[in-house]
Amino acid sequence: MLDKIQWLGRTAINVIAGLGRAAFVLGSAISHIPNVRKGLPLFIQQVYSVGVLSLIIIMVSGTFIGMVLALQGYTVLVDYGAEGSLGPMVALSLLRELGPVVTALLFAGRAGSALTAEIGLMKATEQLSSLEMMAVDPLRRVIAPRFWAGFFSMPILAAIFSMLGIIGAHLVGVEWLGVDQGTFWSVMQSDVDMLDIIKGGIKSLVFAFVVTWIAVYKGYNCIPTSEGISRATTSSVVQASLLVLGLDFILTALMFT
Amino acid sequence: MLSKKIEFMVGIFVALGIAAFLGLALKVADSGLQGSGDTYQLYAKFDNIGGLKVRSAVKVGGVVVGRISNIHLDKSHYTPIITLDIFVEYDNFSETSSLSILTAGLLGEQYVGLDPGFMDEELGIEILQPGDFIEDTKPAIVLEELIGQFLFSQSED
Repeated sequence: MLDKIQWLGRTAINVIAGLGRAAFVLGSAISHIPNVRKGLPLFIQQVYSVGVLSLIIIMVSGTFIGMVLALQGYTVLVDYGAEGSLGPMVALSLLRELGPVVTALLFAGRAGSALTAEIGLMKATEQLSSLEMMAVDPLRRVIAPRFWAGFFSMPILAAIFSMLGIIGAHLVGVEWLGVDQGTFWSVMQSDVDMLDIIKGGIKSLVFAFVVTWIAVYKGYNCIPTSEGISRATTSSVVQASLLVLGLDFILTALMFT
Repeated sequence: MLSKKIEFMVGIFVALGIAAFLGLALKVADSGLQGSGDTYQLYAKFDNIGGLKVRSAVKVGGVVVGRISNIHLDKSHYTPIITLDIFVEYDNFSETSSLSILTAGLLGEQYVGLDPGFMDEELGIEILQPGDFIEDTKPAIVLEELIGQFLFSQSED
């Protein structure tokens, strides 16, 4: 009984302390904006490994999700003779929900896990400690460029995702199923607002923030053993995905009602 | 140091992102030049606005000349009042113009059809000024009322 109460208290303290450490990592990552001379090459290197290397999976899944949406939407809409609304249906669901959310989930799996594992291995092989020995702040040298690169890359990836999804929907809807091309674009243009794009952008900024924050924190805070790294990587992906889905609901409720 | 290849790839990545964003803004939302142009306001009272919404189009002969910017209820008469934002390039509608609420297709969106009236300065009919009320309005056709009238007229025969 006493053990259980002890366990409860220890868990609570650990959770709160973890939050504090996470906030600390975030604070120092944010405050060390990469400067032009030293930080920018590190930042670009990270944009490459976080953003550019995620491009293929984002482009392929964006196109296919757009194609599937068009196919599914068409079979329902055609019953009501409303296949002209295929354009706005696809565009709005991509811009408002699927673009930011699916990109964030893929990003957490593709780039977030890599970030966590990389930083975790750096910690396990004591590279971070060696940096400190050389009076280099690992938060500044290792964490901050990765954080900013993730924050920068994900909205771009989300925009590419949505655009390719709409092109995929055009392929299926117009080229294959024979929705009129003019109707497809003009109804889309009259129904989609610039605000939808901006709100989708806000969503993906928030998700980028959360996903990269969790990824770098989990790596920086992992237990420096092989098991610890594997656990940190798993929990980075799981927690980031759950938070993205939860935040998506909140953001939708705030912005689209 | 950074290799040229990485710099190049990141450049392509950023360019792709900008292209995607521009594609979304211009091709998908079509919020380039028109839509946010200068407008002036007209008002109109309706008995019933049906399914009219804010941002519904105002059309003359099918051409969009403005949008509905506000819908509210006049508290003293309990009739809906709508505010029409008309593009400034269409600034010479006469006072005898009439408004009716129409539907695009059988199940489509509702919009306001503006029927330009005649102009005659001798009779004192002038051009609508910003802020004027359009007096001649026809309420939206509500399908249930239409069916009710039809059944009523059937039973009379």
